[in-house]
Amino acid sequence: MQSRTRSGALVLGACVALLVGAAAKPALDVEPDLEALKAKYRRPASVPHPDDNAPSEARVRLGLTLFFDPRLSGSGVMACATCHNPGLSWADGLERAVGHGMKTLPRRTPTILNVAWAEALFWDGRASSLEEQALGPIASPDEMNQPLEGLVPKLRAIPEYAAQFEEAYPGEGISNATIAKAIASFERTVVSARAPFDAWVEGDESAIGAEAKQGFVVFNGKARCSTCHSGWRLTDDSFHDIGVRGDDRGRGAVLEEIEGVQFAFKTPTLRNVDRRAPYMHDGSEKALEDAVALYDRGGRVRRPSLSREIVPLELTPQESGQLVAFLRTLTSDDAPVAIPRLPR
Amino acid sequence: MKLGLALGLLPLAVAAGAQAEDHVVSQKGARFAPLELSVHAGDRVIFRNDDDITHNVFSKSEGAAFNVKLQDPGSDSPVVFERPGVVDVRCAIHPKMKLRIVVKE
Repeated sequence: MQSRTRSGALVLGACVALLVGAAAKPALDVEPDLEALKAKYRRPASVPHPDDNAPSEARVRLGLTLFFDPRLSGSGVMACATCHNPGLSWADGLERAVGHGMKTLPRRTPTILNVAWAEALFWDGRASSLEEQALGPIASPDEMNQPLEGLVPKLRAIPEYAAQFEEAYPGEGISNATIAKAIASFERTVVSARAPFDAWVEGDESAIGAEAKQGFVVFNGKARCSTCHSGWRLTDDSFHDIGVRGDDRGRGAVLEEIEGVQFAFKTPTLRNVDRRAPYMHDGSEKALEDAVALYDRGGRVRRPSLSREIVPLELTPQESGQLVAFLRTLTSDDAPVAIPRLPR
Repeated sequence: MKLGLALGLLPLAVAAGAQAEDHVVSQKGARFAPLELSVHAGDRVIFRNDDDITHNVFSKSEGAAFNVKLQDPGSDSPVVFERPGVVDVRCAIHPKMKLRIVVKE
């Protein structure tokens, strides 16, 4: 893997050097080897899972049921799907999430699209697996407000759940661990379908327009978006202060002693991004054009933790438009999700 | 690949001579190389940012906690490991970067 990456970089480097020699342009303005670039965005062939939680139909079905069951919340009215609504690309379309008691929370609901591949969960990366993450919002007093000590008794009191857990996790019973594993198994099936961009990456030249193709070059070149929005999900699963105003320290609150991650949040996927406005961890950018403008300015605020990769880009209006045209090609026509019949 | 990297370290290690040795850890492509490293107490590990993006290197492992803060491309950050034990090293910016250092007597 590493050697493939290295040789790819060498080919690109040689190509850029040739073009620089010919046209005497700065390297970042030069159109690189397009096919080598496109190859970096190819979709993977399979979905990963941990050794101790291999997916099965029963596990995924149970996870889907739990995901849509409002009885997992203290109030009995909030399910995971209340905020992670499949009709809104597995988010809520709000600037900031609304939690228990209609309280507006500090951060926007992130999509769960393609989280099977995520390295760290939550905007601040405080969970390192879906199994570890799943119980967090259930137990949080601000979110679903269901103390974990009361969760298992609640589900055990719903007779039809017993058989579903037994089929999914034989002999393990209803526990916080099996609840989390089932939800995680379901979440790993939430994978965005093929988008026009995927067809273009795989060779269909007619799949996206000329403006979007140019936007892809700007994305990987002058605008340097791909420094962080890399790979087929268009995220590096990493943490950066991109200059969003506010006092939320993000990953800095998890790793207090590390200056470089103060005000840093996880790079979100860009899959289906044009259906997931508003943007940033706090919904402060209303439209894709606004998000591009933030990067073009080199952030809305300067502070010591600002990522060194965030610098003014001096994009032309045409280049900004090309970037947005490219971003719109990342949206797939995902199949509707049927709401499960809940156990009684 | 691992063997090649290990052999690549030999000249440095020999040059350091005597007790303490130097070991270089690369960060190219947001990946520590090698992924595991065995050193002796008192040895120095040089975290080399040979990548084209900013990195951080830190550990919260007991008795070996350290944090080199922000590390510009092209810079070296030496850390001496004084006590035997297992040290899990991470980049706070890129959590997929994981390195385990075993410090022997």
